[in-house]
Amino acid sequence: MNSWITSNVWLVPAVPLAASILILASGKSARRSAVAFAILGQVVALTMSIFAFVSTLHSHSFRVVENFTWFTFGEQNLRIGFVLDPLAAAMLIMITLVGLCIFIFSIGYMAEDKNFSQFFAYLSFFSGAMLGVVVANSLLLLFVFWELVGLASYLLIGFWIERPSAAAAAKKAFITTRIGDMGFFLGILWLYHQSGTLLFYDGGRGCLENAGLVALGASATFIALLIFCGAVGKSGQFPLHVWLPDAMEGPTPVSALIHAATMVAAGVFLVARVYPVFGVGAINGVTPSLTVVVWIGVITGLMGALIAVAQFDIKRILAYSTVSQLGLMMVSLGVGGVAAGIMHLLAHGFFKALLFLGAGSVIHGLHHEQDIRKMGGLRRLMPITFSTYAIGMMALSGVPFFFSGGWTKEEILHATSNWPRSHLPHYLMLIGVILTALYMTRQIIYVFFGNRHAASEHGRESSRVMTLPLIVLAVCAILFSVVLTPAWPWLESYLTGHSARFDPHLLIQPMIIVSLALVGAGVSLGIWIYRRAGETDPLQHAQPALFRFLENKMWFDEIYERTVVALSAILARLSDWMDRHVWDGLVQDIGRIGQFFGRVTTSADERVINAGVDESTSGAHGLGRLMSRWHSGQIQTYLGAVALGMLALVLLYAWLG
Amino acid sequence: MTLSILLVVSAALFCIGLLAALSRRHAIFILIGIEMMLAAANLNFIAFWRFAPQPAQPTGMMVAIFAIAIAAAEAAVGLAMVIAVYRHFRTTNVDRLDRLKG
Repeated sequence: MNSWITSNVWLVPAVPLAASILILASGKSARRSAVAFAILGQVVALTMSIFAFVSTLHSHSFRVVENFTWFTFGEQNLRIGFVLDPLAAAMLIMITLVGLCIFIFSIGYMAEDKNFSQFFAYLSFFSGAMLGVVVANSLLLLFVFWELVGLASYLLIGFWIERPSAAAAAKKAFITTRIGDMGFFLGILWLYHQSGTLLFYDGGRGCLENAGLVALGASATFIALLIFCGAVGKSGQFPLHVWLPDAMEGPTPVSALIHAATMVAAGVFLVARVYPVFGVGAINGVTPSLTVVVWIGVITGLMGALIAVAQFDIKRILAYSTVSQLGLMMVSLGVGGVAAGIMHLLAHGFFKALLFLGAGSVIHGLHHEQDIRKMGGLRRLMPITFSTYAIGMMALSGVPFFFSGGWTKEEILHATSNWPRSHLPHYLMLIGVILTALYMTRQIIYVFFGNRHAASEHGRESSRVMTLPLIVLAVCAILFSVVLTPAWPWLESYLTGHSARFDPHLLIQPMIIVSLALVGAGVSLGIWIYRRAGETDPLQHAQPALFRFLENKMWFDEIYERTVVALSAILARLSDWMDRHVWDGLVQDIGRIGQFFGRVTTSADERVINAGVDESTSGAHGLGRLMSRWHSGQIQTYLGAVALGMLALVLLYAWLG
Repeated sequence: MTLSILLVVSAALFCIGLLAALSRRHAIFILIGIEMMLAAANLNFIAFWRFAPQPAQPTGMMVAIFAIAIAAAEAAVGLAMVIAVYRHFRTTNVDRLDRLKG
């Protein structure tokens, strides 16, 4: 089984994709079979991922590639393939496991939706596309799955299409990410032009191996930056982050899937996958492209954390927290801590899915109320949701020792402190840690503590099918930290291809004391500020202008509305004007020439040949009547006549020929 | 895989596309039918090229790639026109669009 799966790793994405097609084929009313297919597909994918993962344990820096020729064009062979290495295997496990939890949760959450089976088809499709991104061994194949992820996100964000806001959010997500993908595609073309191959690994000839990297030469910086454009779009980095919070319009399980396991992970994964291209010509591990990655990450991380402090929608807080955490991962990749970034991505997958599903459970229990000011006192009413949510909150804030997020965050802070170029990112990320603890404390206090408000009066704990995934994810968020500790950094050595040694003396690092202090500061600051929080936020009271700035997401949407959108509207109006006046005028002028000739011939007609012809015209008129009946104005009738004529000609040709 | 199998597939694809273009009432489905007919034509190009005496020169493939690129542009224009028609007539049912009636 083990060796079989390593050479057939394409089956992992194929199974959920096949499940998705089966669900769509069996129709809308087949609700039970839809769930069965989707869950079964995910379970099979998870099982295969586990086998694939086990087989990667046999040797250090294990890598199996299966390449084949897609098509030959002249002398050019376009080859694609699949790869299984530690990076892919770790991602496969996370995606399928988190995906499975979200699928199960959706059974409860979407139970009353009329397009229930369609929802599961899209979910399977989403998961399959993301698994494809992970195992692709060719930039082109990765791009194909990348776009499928984009399509799936469009379908799911706009799942409640009858809401205008959902349709707009879906469109926004699709178009914003497409701007990044444009750069990504140009990067692919440039890379192909330079290296002549799009395969990552090809026995020493791939574009991520020595020969390919040498061929890139000085253009590697630009190629890396173009590829990074794609990652900026998908992973919601500044300045293309605007779609991510709007993606909250989708059903909550979709938010969990987008924000934890699939969509946003794709960008970080892409940077990690093509990391050698970023590292070409590195001095001390610093290259221009990686410096850009660091600063984009820093801006995103701080901006997301600041905005999250001033949001009132339970899901939007989490959305901006995702933006912020993704920035943190990018910083980590940029300063050279690839393993730390990926570890945080994996840990984040578990606890962010947990938080989103917890928020979904709250929203479901309160009949689709999302405003945290109207909640409160839910910790008694929803004990399971509360305790799992608290675990997620502590993992996200980075509470050390017991929660996975604490260890990975510490690794990232450690990596940033060693960046030779500047220490500023490190200090800014420390501020980010305080802010994260602050806004999560604020959310917990508003939702679960304090007095019950109108909406939470009738709140009740969600059904078993919804709480079970929460418990599983909470256990994952805690147990995952076993492989993350500095005393036994198993996952890090697995990803970098070394062997881990157990050394309990390394457990307490100086950085962990720092992060403990920072998280403690953030939480206590949160408790102190929000201890008597009411309808108005205490910060809103103290700093109304600043709060308004943050509550309105730093006016990004408005700025884009006034600049980019306005510019394209002007362009559209210009083309419209050209169409109406220039091209149309041209056509009408040509028409006028025809009219002129027409008048000349008419006058010649009337004066010269009029008489005697009148007789024959009445006959022609009758014929015209008859013919005009054929002109129904139905374009399809005309097309049918054309098709019949074609058929007649073909038959004639066959008969004669 | 012989030439005749490919041609049969292509002919079937063309007929399905034609049927869709002739019988569907929704403008977008008509567009889809047209795209299918284009795909059938492309398949023919590839098939005849592949079984030609000199398949080394990528002529058939060139034509097919051009056709695909043009089909993409055509689909973009077609969809834009469907939207324009919808805004004007408030329907995309082609039965109701009979301004050409003589």
